[in-house]
Parts: sequence; C-alpha cells; structure tokens
Amino acid sequence: MTFEFFTNSSFIGAVLFILFAPLIGGIVMGIDRKITARMQGRVGPPVLQPIYDILKLFEKENMVVYESQNFWILSYLIFIVVTGVLFFAGSDILLVIFALTLAHVFLILGAYSTGSPYAHVGAERELIQLMAVEPMIIIAAVGLYQVTNSFDTAGIIQSTFAPVIVLPGIFLGMVYILTMKLRKSPFDLSTSHHAHQELVKGLTTEFSGSTLGMTEIAHLYELVFLLGFLFLFFGTAAPLIGIAVILIVYFLEVFVDNATSRVKWQFALKSCWIVTAVLGVLNLLALYLI
Amino acid sequence: MSYLTKSPWIIHYDASSCNGCDIEVLACLTPLYDVERFGIINTGNPKHADIFVVTGSVNEQNKEVIKNIYNQMPKPNVVVGVGICACSGGVFRECYNVSGGVGELIPVDVYVPGCAARPEQIIDGIVKALGILDKKYKDSKKGGDFK
Amino acid sequence: MDLLIFLILFPLIAAILMLLLPNGEIRDAIVKIAALIIAVSSVYLFIETFGKGISYVTIGSETVGMAILLCELVVAIFIIAISLKFRKYIVAALAIVQTAILVYAEEFASVETGFLNELFVDEFSVIMALIIGIIGSLICVYSVGYMKGYHEKHADVKDNRKLFFFVMFLFLSAMFGVVFSNHIVWLFFFWEITTLCSFLLIGYAMDEIAWKNAFWALLLNTIGGVGFSGAILFILVYSGNGDFIYLNNLIAAGPVFAMIPAALIAFAGLTKSAQMPFSSWLVGAMVAPTPVSALLHSSTMVKAGVYVIVRFAPIFELSYIGVLISLVGGVTFLLASAIAIGQSNAKKVLAYSTIANLGLVVACAGIGTQEAVWAAILLIIFHAVAKSLLFLAVGSVEHQKKSRDIEDMSGLISTMPKVAVMMLIGIAGMFLAPFGMLISKWATIHAFVNALPPFGMLLIAMIAYGSGITVFFWAKWMGKLIEVKKKSSPLKKEATSPEMFTLYCLTGLTVITCLLFPLISGFMIEPYIVEVYNGTVSQLLSLNNMLIMLMMLVLILLLPLSLGHFSKGRTVVGQYMGARPGVSGVSFAGSMGVTKEVELSNYYMEEFFGEEKLSKTGVILTIILLIVFAAVIILNLPGMVM
Ligand code: SF4
Repeated sequence: MTFEFFTNSSFIGAVLFILFAPLIGGIVMGIDRKITARMQGRVGPPVLQPIYDILKLFEKENMVVYESQNFWILSYLIFIVVTGVLFFAGSDILLVIFALTLAHVFLILGAYSTGSPYAHVGAERELIQLMAVEPMIIIAAVGLYQVTNSFDTAGIIQSTFAPVIVLPGIFLGMVYILTMKLRKSPFDLSTSHHAHQELVKGLTTEFSGSTLGMTEIAHLYELVFLLGFLFLFFGTAAPLIGIAVILIVYFLEVFVDNATSRVKWQFALKSCWIVTAVLGVLNLLALYLI
Repeated sequence: MSYLTKSPWIIHYDASSCNGCDIEVLACLTPLYDVERFGIINTGNPKHADIFVVTGSVNEQNKEVIKNIYNQMPKPNVVVGVGICACSGGVFRECYNVSGGVGELIPVDVYVPGCAARPEQIIDGIVKALGILDKKYKDSKKGGDFK
Repeated sequence: MDLLIFLILFPLIAAILMLLLPNGEIRDAIVKIAALIIAVSSVYLFIETFGKGISYVTIGSETVGMAILLCELVVAIFIIAISLKFRKYIVAALAIVQTAILVYAEEFASVETGFLNELFVDEFSVIMALIIGIIGSLICVYSVGYMKGYHEKHADVKDNRKLFFFVMFLFLSAMFGVVFSNHIVWLFFFWEITTLCSFLLIGYAMDEIAWKNAFWALLLNTIGGVGFSGAILFILVYSGNGDFIYLNNLIAAGPVFAMIPAALIAFAGLTKSAQMPFSSWLVGAMVAPTPVSALLHSSTMVKAGVYVIVRFAPIFELSYIGVLISLVGGVTFLLASAIAIGQSNAKKVLAYSTIANLGLVVACAGIGTQEAVWAAILLIIFHAVAKSLLFLAVGSVEHQKKSRDIEDMSGLISTMPKVAVMMLIGIAGMFLAPFGMLISKWATIHAFVNALPPFGMLLIAMIAYGSGITVFFWAKWMGKLIEVKKKSSPLKKEATSPEMFTLYCLTGLTVITCLLFPLISGFMIEPYIVEVYNGTVSQLLSLNNMLIMLMMLVLILLLPLSLGHFSKGRTVVGQYMGARPGVSGVSFAGSMGVTKEVELSNYYMEEFFGEEKLSKTGVILTIILLIVFAAVIILNLPGMVM
C-alpha cells in the first residue's frame, strides 16, 4: 500500500493523534510516575498528574528572558505534532525522522536563545543526545524498509510478518536509545524530571508558564510517537504481542530510570554509537544473509 | 479550583537555618509523608516554582538571594516561611548578622512556626498556601494582573 | 546556439577588460554590468533550451582545435615555469608528465577524431550554467564591496585587484567551458584553466602561507590532471574509436568501452572536488579572501569535479569501480563532517562541510542509479546556493567583528540582525528539513538502499552517522548566533551595499530553490535522467511527499509571525544565575565582592573529533580505496585495449 496524504484512513490517523496523543501520553507518564513511586515505596501522585501539571503551567504568568524564546518553543511543539501526524498518517518514515530532528533543533535553539548558562549547557548536551541517537533511528528506518520494502509507515505496518523477527538487533538498539529519547536516567543529561540540580533544569531552565507548558505537551506527543515507532516492529502481524512487548519495554525503562544514576556525555555518546554499530549496522548487513 | 492547587511545585531555600527545618522539609518527600501524592514537586528552579519555601532567618548575606529567587518566580506565587527562624528570626534573632524573619524582605503568605516545624505542619502549611494561591490566581484573572 | 560561445567568451572579454582598467568606480560599475550580463544570459540560455533536450554546437574548425591545444601548452608551460621558480619540482614534474601524455596522445593518435559537436548543452549543463552564471556573478558583485574593505584592512597585501577580477571572470569563463564541452580535450583545457585560476586566487595575498597553500592545491590538482590526460591517452591511442573523444558518444557506449576513461576522469574529479585523500587543498584555500572561498566552494572548481563524476554516473551503475568511488565519497562525507565538529573557525567549518557534501554527491554518482543521480544533482544545486550565502555572510561578519571564529559570533542576532538571519537561513538550508540539502539527503538514502549489496548498507551506515554529526555542528553554530546574553543595539550598517545586495539575493535563492524544487526536479533533472537512461524515470519522490515538504516550508515561513503575538504581555526577567547574580546580569557574584562574568562557549569535543587524527584516518582509508581502485583499472586494462 502506498501512502496518500488525503485519504480517509491517514486523515483519521492524523486527527486521532492530534486529539488523543496528549491524553494517552499523559496517562502513560502518570502511570510511569505511579510505578516510580511504588518502586520507592511511596503512594505517588494521581495518574492524571502530568496533565494537571500542564494545565497549571498555562495558568501561570509567562515569564521570559527574551520574547523570541516562545517562538522557538512554539515551533518545537508544532513540529513535534507534525512529526506525529506524518507518522500516524502513514507517511515516509525518513520524512518523519527529519521532522523530528527539526523539532528538536527548535527546542535546542529555544534554550540557546535565552543566553542562560544552564540552558546553554543543557542545549549542548541535548545536541549531543540528538547526534547520539540519529544514526540508530535512520538505520532502523532502513532496516524496516529492507524487510517490508516500504518507506511509508502505512506500508511498514502492514507487513505480513512482524519485522522484529529479522530485526532483533535493530529493535534492541532502538530500545537502548529510547532511554535517551525519553530523557530517562542514566541518559537524562540535558534536563530531567528528577531533582538533579547541578544544571538547575538544564535545557528548560528559562522556560516558565505556558512556554514550559508547550514543551511538556510536546513531550507527551513525542512519547506517543516513540511508542508508535516501536510498534512498527510488530505491525498488524502481531499487534497484541507488540503492545505487550512495548509495555514490558516501558516498564524496564522506568526500572532503569530508578536504578541508575546519570552518566557523562562521553559515555552516552560512545555507548549509543557502539550499540548502533554492533546491533544496528550488523543487523542490516546480516539481512543479506537471510 | 484552579489547577495550581493540584500541581504546586516548590522551591526550597535554606536561608540561615540550622538545618533542622531543612531536614524536616526533605522528610516530607520521603515515603512516609510522600508529598508527591498532592502533586508537589521540589524543583530547583524558581522559574518553574509556585511556592517558595524558606527556612531559617534572613541575614545580610542572603538578602539578595531571597529577593532574587522571589523575583524570578512567575506569578501567581506564594511564600511559605517554615520554622520559627523564618517567622521571626527565632533563637538567632539577636545575632549581630541577623535581621529577622523572611517577612521583612518579601511578603510571606503562610508562616509555619515550630523549632523545628514537623513535616505534618509543613504539609499543612503548604496546603493552606494552596488556598491562597488559588485566590491569587482568581483575583489576578479578574484584575488582569498578568497574562 | 551562439549563446554557448557567448557565455564562454564574454566573461573572457570582461576578464581582459579588468586587466586594463584601474581601480575605481568605473571598474566597479563594469564588474556589476558584466556580472549582470552573465547572469541574464545564463537565464536566457535556460529559457532558450527549455524542454529542448540535448543540442550540439559544431565549431568544425581545425584552427580552433589547434588553438586550444596551443593554449593548453601555454598554460602547462606557465605552470611548469612558476613551479620551477618556486622550486616546487614535484608540481613541475607532474605538469610535465601530464603535458607529455597529452602531446603524445595527440601526436600518436591511432584514430581520427574530426571536429563535430565540440560543444553541447543539455539540462544538466543548463543547471550548472545557472549556478555558475547566477551565483558566480553574484559573488563577483560581492567582491566589489569586499575587496575594497579587504585592502583597507590588510595594508600589507599588495593591491592587485586588477588581477583579482581578471582571474574571477576567467574562472567563470572556464567553468562555462567545462560544462559545455563535449570534446574531451576541450573539457580538459578548461579544466586546466580552472586549476590555474584557483592557484592564482589562493595565492592572492602572495605571502608565504598563501603560496604554500596555492602550490599544494596545484600539486593535488595536477595529480588529477595526470589522470585526466591518461583518459585522453586511452581514448585516442587505445580505444580504436575516435568518436569516443566526445562525451556523449563515450557515455552512450556504456561501461564496456567507457569504464576506464570514465574511471580516470572520475579520479581527476575526486582531486578537483577535494575528496579525501586530496581534501587538504580546499581547507588550505581558505587563506584566500572570502569571495574566493565562496567561489571555489559553491559554483566553480569543486563543482567542476563533481560535475564530471556525475556526468559519468550512468557508466558506474552497479560496478565495482562505482562502488569504490562511492566509498571514497562516503568516507569523506563521514570524516569531514566529524572534523567540522572540532572546528571553531567558521571558514574551516564551511570548508569541511563542503568537502562532506561533495562526498555525498560523489557517493551518489558512484552508485549511478537514476535515483542517485537525481539526488546528486539536487545536492549540487542546493549546496551551491546555501554555501555561497554562508561564506559571504561569514565574510561580512568578519569585516565587522575582525574575527571569523564562531565563538565571536555569539549574539550576532542582536548586533547584526539582518546578516544573522540570513546566515540562519543558510545554515538551515544546509541540514534542516524541509530545506534543500535535506531533501537530497533523503533521496540519497532512498538511492543507497538499492546500491550494490552489501556496500549499500555500508554507505547507509556512513550517512546515518554523518547526518547525526551534521546536525550537531550546524545546530551549535545556529545556537551561537541567537544566543544573546545581553541585548545590544544593532549596527547601523552591517555591510557595504554590494555585499548586502548579494546576501539578499542568495537568501532569496535559498528559499526559492526550496519552494520550486518540485519544478526544478520535474522540468530539469528528470528530463536529463530520462535522456541519459533512455527510458522512463521511476517515481523518485512521490508528489505527496513533495507536497508535505512544501507545506512544512510554508509553515516555517509563517511561524515567525507568531513573534508578533509573543511580544505582547510577557514579563521580561533576566536569566536565572543561580541565586547570586552579579550586578551586570549574566554574571555571578562571588565572595569578597568579586563578579564573575559568564563565558559561554560551544562543545568541540576534540578528544573525539580531532582534526589531525580524523584526517589521518580518512587519508589512509581513502588511499587504500584508491589503491584498490587502481588495481581494478589495471586488471581491466588488457580486456579494454584494442
Ligand atoms: S526553627 Fe529551629 S530547627 Fe528550624 S532553622 Fe530555626 S533553629 Fe533550626
């Protein structure tokens, strides 16, 4: 199946994503916080807490260093949504990846534009993370293409068998970088939900009120998009297994988040690239042998 | 009720406290009291915070600091003074370098007395502050104070 | 098609005029007029040939052929003489070898070549001509303003602007010659002129380092020249068919006949387009005044190199020679990008990024499939526009800030807002969706997956890592430009008016080429590919995807409107500097009344991305590849010689 932008199914996918992704993302995040609390022997906040947080941020005053920072962050939010829309509408996966990169560059520029030392270091680290994960994502896209013969997510998802069967390395690699993408410990270098405070809040230090609210919404959209990306490895061939595996993976992410401490950027970059080379590139080359 | 009351993020500053109150504040985050139940998060960043929790008294060195943190907080915000030191200077009141409670510097909305203030009291004080936060938000909406 | 001859000869005439005119307003005006005429006639060429496919021009005169050969000898003798004067014996030796081969080939040619269809023009030539004509002449206009300031600031450099403009126009003339030549000996002649021009321009400052780098460029390019003359020797003496001295016949003959000459010429292309191991000359070339760098990097010189490789791309399809060329390109792309991370000198970053992007073009051309060639041509177009913009913008900043260091561009958006925004657009054009280069990168990935397995996957890995790296070094530069610690009032006059004019035009071009790229693709590149591959062209990027790209672009262009909304009703509070800011804002109050100013600087990560280490790796890797390349040629030789 090839992707047509204005067909019904892709349109519905896009609209559903725009409407419900924040809610789903918020609930996933909420469960995440709940599980984290339980792991620490606490009760934890209500499941809808992330959504309350965001709604609250929009009730606050919008305090800025320069007005232009809002422009970058709005662009970030919009392009994260564009990324997800393209993805769930079934578009070309490389295009999706590029839109994601674009969105992140906007976020980083927003942090830079404040001229704050903490945001600056956060921005640099976020860039390193971007550089660390990009190869794996592109390789994953190409791997999915090699298996399903389609660059369109609409085509990939309808693969006759679950791509993960022949792409186990790439799937594991994706799981590895997911930690970084979700900004979970040990890779929460640029900004963190935990109370690491040597960088204050890193990337988001200078964002407050609705600016911060927009970045949080973007996080939720991105979360749903990332989980959707993992789902491509199962597709309609094994949807239930796919959902189960994703749940397990997410639980592991939470576990790792709680069990590890932050690493240095050197390690983050090196390990990501090595994992990409070993799991990703070798898996790609191995496809020729099958 | 505004969402401010469901997700109060605090910034905690240790003025010249003896650390007694600080330990009690941190105790609130532990599994026993678990303030995250109420959506309370301890951020390290005034620009993200709604509630400014100050422990200890004001002295010449930290005046600027307290004022700076307060000015960096977006409105609506509230200030909670924790411990008798933050209320009035407490046992340090007469020290040569202490000028008194936090209220002399910035407007304090809730005082939590005690030496040290107990975690239950602190939580109680913060919950009280939430009501004030809510009121401030509603007033500001009416008056168009910000936004 | 007298237009072709006009485009080659007119810049030559303008060049000679430059030698005669003294510095002053009249010369400046004539530079502008000549530039305008060149630009207009290249656009006219586009209109004239639009939809006509390939057409040939026959000069048909033995005299012109002889004249070209003679000129070629003169050029060679000049190179030899100047090398001997500066005791660069290797350069001289190489030049002698190259000339000897050529003379031998002409003298002992076993085949009759005749004089027919020496010049030609097709869509690809037109695209190149537009790049040369528009961007090249814009750079000439820019030079008018820039060189004046250059000499005011560099009093130690001898004011030789006569020669400068002479060479600039000569360069354009030679470039038109390169892209219009069908006769390979002619192509080689123009090729040599571009080598010579770049030598003279790099050495413009005439101090020790300028000469050193100029000779280094000359050396590496004469190595390529030897390869090129080898190709001519092969065709004239061994091929058994004189028709092959014409590009179109050679390419039509297919890999069986054309592989060896194509490989040799592609080798020359590698040197000229500054691929590793030859990349160092282009980095050294940045000692020249900035417009020269812009010219070398965007519309001339290196583009001649990739032009010939892309011309021969159909020959390389699914061949080992092609794969080797691709791998050289791929390694160059990856390593040059990585080196760029460690550089804070803006011109050096640009130089390495040029090398990297050309590596991508070369990699595509080596793959040689329809899709790959499509991507390669797009890359050439977008790169030319955005890179010239960036170089010139850096040049203007350098004049104001007296530094070409990216760290010194901190907060440029506040002091030089216009130039900074244009620079941002240029940088975005280099790596961000939905701007130009990214479209090509996308197509490149599509092309690589279908390359000769398993090398395609190796190339994919290179591009995957390379694109992450690219994001890093560009984005941190963008960050530096917009990072404002403290607002200051903008400069009244950011640059001279010819400079600003050129920058505006190039910024416009960067955006317009992105907006029009479906048209460029549909009306220029696809017809060329249909022609070359004798068949229908497969859907390269679906219309849907192009539309999405356009929508994204429009979105980006609209988003700045939100700035108006955001400038209202915000509370402006300075940066959070921990709890103890100093009085001046972005500083910390230390103990004992000390104030510590904040210094923000980017990550360069030299332990990972050191220039020396990576260049060495690149040179070794590519030399190994080239040795294999030579071995493949030699092994194929017996079967090819008639
Ligand atoms: S109130 Fe008591 S416990 Fe708290 S800071 Fe003051 S002296 Fe220490």
